[in-house]
Amino acid sequence: MTINKTLNGGELTLALEGRLDTMTAPELEAELKKSMDGAQSLTLDFEKLDYISSAGLRVLLSAHKVMAGKGGMKVTHVNEIVQEVFDVTGFSDILVIE
Amino acid sequence: MSEIKLAATVENIPLATAFLDEELEKLDCPMKAQMQIAVAVDELMSNIARYAYTPGTGDVTVRLDFDPGTRMAEITFLDSGVPYDPLQKADPDVTLAADERAVGGLGIFLVKKTMDALRYRYADGMNQLTICKKI
Repeated sequence: MTINKTLNGGELTLALEGRLDTMTAPELEAELKKSMDGAQSLTLDFEKLDYISSAGLRVLLSAHKVMAGKGGMKVTHVNEIVQEVFDVTGFSDILVIE
Repeated sequence: MSEIKLAATVENIPLATAFLDEELEKLDCPMKAQMQIAVAVDELMSNIARYAYTPGTGDVTVRLDFDPGTRMAEITFLDSGVPYDPLQKADPDVTLAADERAVGGLGIFLVKKTMDALRYRYADGMNQLTICKKI
């Protein structure tokens, strides 16, 4: 997985490319740990993300909780596979998906 | 039938996925089903890697069977670790708010929801978990 990071003022965007799974979720977790402090809001751009497994959901949930105390977190450009994962796990009701 | 035998580690999940990607492409598997199967492999392999042989180590075999008549792909994970039937695990409550959420148990639930069928049996000293997906 590749993470492309953009910080514009307090707006942090992480664009993910590849697969967010057991092996790659720790990479996202580490990047978020490093970057979230300086961010007011967080956008996760999934345009080039193939799929997400529960290991990725775990990281999204903890990021969502941290950002809920600030300007919030949203997930954008979700493909059909990722949307299905969000829907069946109820994450569609928790996350802001645009 | 084709299969791959690997040490049951999380580092080997990409090898299992690559093996199935290659086999499924030969069968003209639709991309959506291939991705759903890759997610299932991640969930099931990571469980086996973390729990089957704790605190030791062991192998996992990933086997693909395909029925060209029904186009049903059956992928079986075989390990000789602690007997464990993941289908007995209660489904998580997916309606809870973020603060009340625990992510444990979501993996196998996700597999149940995206595959057409799951089967478990313990035989010959092995956990044999099969996921079935029409491709």
